[in-house]
Amino acid sequence: MERPLVRGEDAMIRVTRKIEFSAAHFYHNPNFSEAENRRVFGKCANTHGHGHNYVLEVTVAGEPDPATGMVLDLKELKDILQREVGDRMDHRHLNFEVPELAGQIPTCENIAAAIWKLLEPKITRGRLDRVRLYESPDLFADCTAAESNGARA
Amino acid sequence: MRPALKITLTRRYRFAASHRLHRPIFSESENARIYGKCSNPYGHGHNYVMEVTVAGAVDPATGMIANLGELDPYVEREVIDAFDHKYLNEEVSEFAEVVPTAENICREIYRRLKPFPAAKVERVRVEETNNNSFEFDATTQGERL
Repeated sequence: MERPLVRGEDAMIRVTRKIEFSAAHFYHNPNFSEAENRRVFGKCANTHGHGHNYVLEVTVAGEPDPATGMVLDLKELKDILQREVGDRMDHRHLNFEVPELAGQIPTCENIAAAIWKLLEPKITRGRLDRVRLYESPDLFADCTAAESNGARA
Repeated sequence: MRPALKITLTRRYRFAASHRLHRPIFSESENARIYGKCSNPYGHGHNYVMEVTVAGAVDPATGMIANLGELDPYVEREVIDAFDHKYLNEEVSEFAEVVPTAENICREIYRRLKPFPAAKVERVRVEETNNNSFEFDATTQGERL
């Protein structure tokens, strides 16, 4: 059937790819006393560190290319995620081994923002719409561009 | 210049509760027609999953929008303690007159969590079963309930 793949200019599609990585971290603010660190960060303040199986969902928004029917090649996105996130963070200690998080507490919020900043310039087809980082199945942070406030759940 | 980032944090909680969908202003046959099996006079229950999303600035000192050490007990006190293992129609006063559909449960949860002092509660999503979910989003609803 010869039908155009994209009919309207508003045929924006979101494409999401997932990647998992496992990493260690702990929360410690050197400006806090030990007692304060324990009070604010609880078990997460244990400086021996602990770890999570992080699940990262990356959403790219755009109009499908009429020639391919794709917003972007998911294999390409997979490679970007592996290079920018997997290679940097998988089986690493986030407090010591990831320069993008240096000087920050490696919370879900900060890791999601760091991942956004790593990925945003690498997405050349479509635009980065959302980075969702699960620290556990019951806790995740979302990072979006501020002007898209309210545009999506 | 790159756009500013918006970061939100979402936490999932669980409670189990029973309810009955039935309104006295409707006749029995109307209740049966509108609510079907859900109007069974003895009630029935669900394992509810509730997602609470908070938004706001990430505090550089803690790396957090809200400390779960504050959010968890707040949600526990305001919602879980009140709803878990309860018959919503009879044990949660707000549902004495309001039919406890998952839509209304969403709104009631938002109403209870909105005063959380440490961050802005932006969204409440309730999964009633694995197959249906309901969402109240204050960013699009303008906090209207």
